[in-house]
Amino acid sequence: MIINHPILGPRDAAEFTYLGDASLLNRPDWQAADAADQFYEYLYLRDNPAGEHRELWYHEQGDRSWLVVTRNTLTHEISSVELASDVARAQGNKK
Amino acid sequence: MRFSGFKVIKEALMGHKGWGPQWRNPEPKSHYDIIIIGGGGHGLATAYYLAKEFGQKNIAVLEKGWIGGGNVGRNTTIIRSNYLLDGNEPFYEFSLKLWEGLEQDFNYNAMVSQRGILNLIHSDGQRDAFMRRGNGMILNGADAEYLTADQIRAENPFLNFDDARFPIKGGLAQRRGGTVRHDAVAWGYARGADQRGVDIIQNCEVTGLRIENGVCKGVETSRGFIGANKVGSCVAGSSSRIMAHANIRLPIESHVLQAFVSEGLKPTIPGVITFGAGHFYVSQSDKGGLVFGGDIDGYNTYAQRGNLPTVEDVCESGMAIMPMIGRSRMLRMWGGVMDMSMDGSPIIDKTHIDGLYFNGGWCYGGFKATPASGWCYAHLLAKDEPHKVATAYRLDRFKRGYMIDEKGMGAQPNLH
Repeated sequence: MIINHPILGPRDAAEFTYLGDASLLNRPDWQAADAADQFYEYLYLRDNPAGEHRELWYHEQGDRSWLVVTRNTLTHEISSVELASDVARAQGNKK
Repeated sequence: MRFSGFKVIKEALMGHKGWGPQWRNPEPKSHYDIIIIGGGGHGLATAYYLAKEFGQKNIAVLEKGWIGGGNVGRNTTIIRSNYLLDGNEPFYEFSLKLWEGLEQDFNYNAMVSQRGILNLIHSDGQRDAFMRRGNGMILNGADAEYLTADQIRAENPFLNFDDARFPIKGGLAQRRGGTVRHDAVAWGYARGADQRGVDIIQNCEVTGLRIENGVCKGVETSRGFIGANKVGSCVAGSSSRIMAHANIRLPIESHVLQAFVSEGLKPTIPGVITFGAGHFYVSQSDKGGLVFGGDIDGYNTYAQRGNLPTVEDVCESGMAIMPMIGRSRMLRMWGGVMDMSMDGSPIIDKTHIDGLYFNGGWCYGGFKATPASGWCYAHLLAKDEPHKVATAYRLDRFKRGYMIDEKGMGAQPNLH
């Protein structure tokens, strides 16, 4: 697979490591009343869809940026690649 | 029809005209007591043991393609029970014992070959860890044996003992481990289940679960609605897709594992050998091909094919321990979709929906578990309580903090 890095251009997927579903960007509030339930779902449960999947890739052997890659899990076709920092900022994440 | 030596000789003399189909191809009935979703090794084994050991009569196995076309026909055929943790080892040892009696039990030649499995050790720390695992195996009634490098050299002179980076310092052997003809496992269980009245319905894809007031009433399929008192999902890599019909999110990601076969070679590798410093396992099939594999690719996928970086990594690992294979050519490679769980261990449990049961999360170790998975799932479906060797495989263990993490990797499925 080739991942079209927003800054560096097309790079071989072998340069990256894979973390998982991009919902991992949305870390629950540890002070919420139901924090234990929220963290259980955040840490362990996944949609695991067959089809379009937004996921986190880390450019370990490159510029060490985190990317949100939208990829089809049936065909491996990648439809969009964004910097995870941009995605998090657009969502209004504090960190 | 029973298979026997006498029958084979008789058919040879009679022109092989007496062999019939091994199982029926029935139309689905409108209602069953128990429906198993998924006609793979585990699903067929479940139906077989439900009929044979637990006295159930009205059972169907629904398979979207053809039986044996999924992971039971895509694995590297290894059987073993060399686990460490108490939640796992009794289960896998139960499975290995079932393998040992399987062919007589279902009257089918599955070519169970206890040629032994050898885990190589490359450092002192690894020796400590493997010794501990060996002791855990022995405590649970399995066999384990520490071999020195000299003992290994006598049996496997072709290994790369004096490699500067990964010298072979010893090994943990399980002599009762080995290989099985994987397709024959599916066929044998299918035939045995069919003979006991189980309807095996192929080309019947489950497209929905009918749930009313918290009770599962049956399944919607590509061949219409089929009612059931109990529905058991047993679909490996497709687990999340089936359970999504019940709005259940699972602690599972689907990943692809690739496997490989070389061209046929003269007999050279006596048993199963695994590399301790990378991830590589190899055996030699009876046809002579080297059957080998390594890590999963590491990203979510439902495509039954992988990518080249993993191929390179697996071949490098193979070259590191047995440089002689560099001269052989790869013949075939393929991929299967693994239900990678969050702690690397499986789930056999009820769900919060009455009449809906779940079996999955086998990661890339499901083949060796086939008999025990079928037996324990049948026990759960028939009696509504877990078998004693499968009590740890609960769906709620992640919420309750009772993970069974053999590798100590945490909730990161692609590292298990």
